[in-house]
Amino acid sequence: MNEKGKSLTLFTFLVYLFLIAPLLIITVTAFGQSEFLKFPPDSFSIRWFLNVFEVEMFMRTFLISLEVACIATFIALLVGIPAAYVISRYRFRGRKILESFFLSPVLIPQIVFGFSLFNYLVIKLRLPVFTGLLIGHTIFIIPYIIRVISASLANFDYEIEEAAVIFGANRIKTFFMIVLPNISSGVVAGFILAFINSFNNVPISVFLTGPGVSTLPIQMMSYVEYYFDPTIAALSVLLMGMTTVLMFIIERSLGLSYFTSK
Amino acid sequence: MALLSLDDLTVSYGDNTVLENFNLEINQGEFVSLLGPSGCGKTTTLRAIAGFVNPGSGRIVFMGKDYTNIPVHKKQFGFVFQNYALFPHMSVFDNVAFGLKMQKTPVAEIKKRVQEMLELVGLEGFAQRHPGELSGGQQQRVALARALVIKPDLLLLDEPLSNLDAKLRVEMRVEIRNIQQQLNLTTVYVTHDQEECFSISDRVVVMKDGKIEQYDQPEVIYRYPMTEFVARFVGFENFLDLKEKDGRLVTNNGIEFKLDRNDELAKYRVAVRPDDIVIKEVGGDRTANVLTAKVKISTFLGKEYQYLVETELGEFVVNAATVNRIKNGEQIELYFPEENIRIVKEAL
Repeated sequence: MNEKGKSLTLFTFLVYLFLIAPLLIITVTAFGQSEFLKFPPDSFSIRWFLNVFEVEMFMRTFLISLEVACIATFIALLVGIPAAYVISRYRFRGRKILESFFLSPVLIPQIVFGFSLFNYLVIKLRLPVFTGLLIGHTIFIIPYIIRVISASLANFDYEIEEAAVIFGANRIKTFFMIVLPNISSGVVAGFILAFINSFNNVPISVFLTGPGVSTLPIQMMSYVEYYFDPTIAALSVLLMGMTTVLMFIIERSLGLSYFTSK
Repeated sequence: MALLSLDDLTVSYGDNTVLENFNLEINQGEFVSLLGPSGCGKTTTLRAIAGFVNPGSGRIVFMGKDYTNIPVHKKQFGFVFQNYALFPHMSVFDNVAFGLKMQKTPVAEIKKRVQEMLELVGLEGFAQRHPGELSGGQQQRVALARALVIKPDLLLLDEPLSNLDAKLRVEMRVEIRNIQQQLNLTTVYVTHDQEECFSISDRVVVMKDGKIEQYDQPEVIYRYPMTEFVARFVGFENFLDLKEKDGRLVTNNGIEFKLDRNDELAKYRVAVRPDDIVIKEVGGDRTANVLTAKVKISTFLGKEYQYLVETELGEFVVNAATVNRIKNGEQIELYFPEENIRIVKEAL
């Protein structure tokens, strides 16, 4: 390897270290023994991991987060798949506008989006907290679904749809027998990506959670305001683990390049 | 009565009118090819017959019934796509069985018919493969089997051989023709390959700009093209304008041309193939149908030489099996035998 290659490798390594270091510190801290966050820890244990499961509000908000993420993702798929299909299948007037419209929640800062949802859903419509939270999350993750499914459909040859029709399948059958099986990896990836984004969301949830209904990330924020023990570090490690497993599934189903390249 | 007839069909994509008042009749059991350069409307015609595009006006009549507005999936038509359009997530068996499943054919019968069809196209033993694991030629056979297994009322093929290599193309076209005759299938075939379509068709439709230039048997089209476009398509490279003067036909520089003519036209444009012009030495005793010329460029083609020659009426291409190459610049005479001259309608 020449000089240039060496220094480039070193530079890349430092950048990665800079990115990963906080996560490493959190992970190491989570295994500490003492009552407060300390790095490096004096001695190691897994007591804080066990403590995560002792804190009742973590378990409760975990279930709420799970529920919101699952239902929101499911609804978003029901809306997102047909929308993505129509946008990529047909050339019509206003298609570009529609495409931008569906992607707009990604472009607007989440805090602004959260605040406007708060104004509308909570103040104006006085929706129950859980319903508002669910609607907010659904709208926020639809663009992710549309983007991933569209990418999947870009590789889909619509001629095979015509083939299905000429051999006797109507439009509905064609969609379920021909189109859906060919974009299934996109659907899986879209589901997981949307799920992760809903599950980890703070800026929107912070406006839409309320008495009795909170999500896990919001609960974690309020926890660190009062407690300094490594429970939160342990919980973070668990969440990182969950996200990693899900991303691994996406990578296996269709490759991460779906999200890193447009 | 014709099995399929297109009556005054008009098809447009937005503002672009591809077919206008298009008429075509195809008989039971006939193999008809639509031939023409890209953009001539041949694929659109096929897609209109299939029902993939809706005509703006006109009617499609099939077996005496109005088929214009019958949904695609309710017609019993087989279609072979240019890119095969096999279902990538299904095995060869399921691909072929698809049409039968849609018709709710009993499972046992599906099995039997798919097996028979795979044997017919030479793919027994490939039933469990997926399209991605097959070569282009094999995929083509699957596409063909899928279209044939439903015993279609009409078989439609859209440039099915254009993605195959030359040798396989010839093999496959013979096979398609054999199967078509065995099953007595009425077939419409789209291609831009003249040789391919002449070799397998009963009748050929030569199309240009959404209009039929000529619709006839391949031999007739090859020997007696009716328009300049068709003539050029089937290898006539030399064109000559003649006009009537004192009851005789003469060129612009006054040389008399004799030819068979039935129609009385104001102006005649005639076409001759490079092979059909005879090169003679200067000073022959014949005067009619002869032009003097000078050799400009000569190329060796193997069995003969090709000469590009210049006359007062423009350049001509002549193929001649002369023993020695005639030198550039040499004066010669071109004799146009009466029986080799075809009158064509002028290109618009």
